[in-house]
Amino acid sequence: MIEVEHLTKEFVVRRGRLRRERHVVEAVRDISFHVERGELLGYLGPNGAGKSTTIKMLTGILVPSGGRVTVAGLDPSKRRVELAKRIGAMFGQRVQLWWDLPLIDSFELLRHIYRVPADRYRTSLQRFRTVLDLDPFLHTPVRQLSLGQRIRGELTAAMLHEPELLFLDEPTIGLDVVAKQRVRDFLVEINRERGVTVLLTTHDLGDIERLCERLLVIDRGSLIWDGRIGELKERYGRDRLLIVDLERPVPPLEVAGAVVERVDGPRQWLRFRGPAADLTARVAAATRLVDLQIAEPDIEEIVRRIYAGER
Amino acid sequence: MRLDWEIAKRGWRRYAAYPWATAAGVFTNTIFGFLQAYILLAVFRHRSHVGSYDAADTVTYVWLAQALIMTVYVFGWQELALRIRDGAIATDLSRPLDPQRYWLAFDLGRAPYHLLFRGVLPFAVGALVFRVHYPSPLEALAFAGSVALAVVVSLGFRFLYNAAAFWLLDIRGVMTVAITLNLFLSGMVMPLTFFPGWLRSIAHALPFASILQTPVDVWLGKHHGADLAGVLALQALWAVVLLGLGRLALRGGARRLVVQGG
Ligand SMILES: Nc1ncnc2c1ncn2[C@@H]1O[C@H](COP(=O)(O)OP(=O)(O)OP(=O)(O)O)[C@@H](O)[C@H]1O
Ligand SMILES: [Mg+2]
Repeated sequence: MIEVEHLTKEFVVRRGRLRRERHVVEAVRDISFHVERGELLGYLGPNGAGKSTTIKMLTGILVPSGGRVTVAGLDPSKRRVELAKRIGAMFGQRVQLWWDLPLIDSFELLRHIYRVPADRYRTSLQRFRTVLDLDPFLHTPVRQLSLGQRIRGELTAAMLHEPELLFLDEPTIGLDVVAKQRVRDFLVEINRERGVTVLLTTHDLGDIERLCERLLVIDRGSLIWDGRIGELKERYGRDRLLIVDLERPVPPLEVAGAVVERVDGPRQWLRFRGPAADLTARVAAATRLVDLQIAEPDIEEIVRRIYAGER
Repeated sequence: MRLDWEIAKRGWRRYAAYPWATAAGVFTNTIFGFLQAYILLAVFRHRSHVGSYDAADTVTYVWLAQALIMTVYVFGWQELALRIRDGAIATDLSRPLDPQRYWLAFDLGRAPYHLLFRGVLPFAVGALVFRVHYPSPLEALAFAGSVALAVVVSLGFRFLYNAAAFWLLDIRGVMTVAITLNLFLSGMVMPLTFFPGWLRSIAHALPFASILQTPVDVWLGKHHGADLAGVLALQALWAVVLLGLGRLALRGGARRLVVQGG
């Protein structure tokens, strides 16, 4: 469904007023990956990593500086309009609806732009109205919507024409817990039941954990991970944390088989691998323990480790 | 066709959503109409004609120009440029719809709103106070066609200078030049017939005349028969040329587009 080979995007930035210095930003450098029809994958990376830039190239609105992209069998930047009919794209931080018009008006217009037959449109819209609870603000001008309400509208707008492929750039930004859950459930449903391929970027790791089987991680323009979420946990999640509360604040403990990651008053975080019993004994021998707990690394911790550049 | 209609409806509604802006505009146009009418009429104290206009032609011109000022959008328009500047153009390009077609349809929905709500009232006030010229039914029909063409020429021109944003991002400089040229050469500040001969010929050869002067002269019955067909054809030609250039600019711009914002 998506084939990316050695994809690169450079931005030329000019600095200074008079002697304009040329400066090249490599937003995406030499990334390659393949996505099969029906996959639901997360595209992750720290701020400025190149996620949005990649999605813009996949949807054809940015021309790559190098490499090759094929989406649904088409070269996106050359066959943009043709591709646009088959995909849905949503950029969470951008207003894609018509600012001055009531929400329902935007939907009606999109129906005509995508030439969705009236009955299909009605059933499709009905679904979104229930799933995303749109009715309370369906007739409100977009400029008067709250962020979360608008995002629900944007999601609907991206999917009304029932695309076979969805690009979602931060689809849950600004949503409350209930709405987030609904959106996630809905994405899972269209992915499982209709085989819609979904590629989404997010900073919300809950999205990743509930939704994505496969993860791509990009950092400073380069792809640093492509694989199942389970493998990721295995590779980066072997280390556990022993959290100890001591009697009084002391300098970071020095015990064999563990490194202190963090100190906060009398509390210290020790990162270790292997059985906890030996380590606990060693710590107890070294100092007076008040309390302790052991934490498995959650996805957040794992992602932090990846972003921090651990291999 | 259905799609264009739907877009046009939204163009209308978009402006109908701000009735106070409309009311303020009507007020301003009316005041300006009086000012311009008295200034230009002063010229006729000592002579009966300036160029091909007599006093009645001139006041009619004044009130028509005020009535059409929003319809043919002489002033600055930068909706497209702003979308390029803040990256919203990405949305437009990710839909299966040509942006030029969208803006043309949108503008053809906007224009009738402005004609009705920004145009009719100032003209009616002018017609009550001054003696204006009324067209024959045929001239009125030709006028309607000419105004429609003027809107298309105007949009073609606006789209073109907005597309400069693909290269410059900020088009304020370009727009200032564009508005100044348009104000003078469309006949908005003064009828083209008041210009000295050489300047008048140049102005008539440029697309700006098609935006205001031509519809006004058609109303005033300055063109007949083949001449009338000729000026309408010239408007249509400029519409095609400007839209064509805009289309080229859009294509070139999209290729080198750097979408702004993450
Ligand atoms: N129009 C542009 N001109 C110059 N540099 C740009 C432009 N757009 C993006 N960049 C740069 O490219 C890099 C990648 O940006 P991108 O928006 O793809 O990041 P991102 O992964 O989406 O980040 P975030 O999580 O913050 O949304 C950044 O360093 C950014 O500064
Ligand atoms: Mg981004």
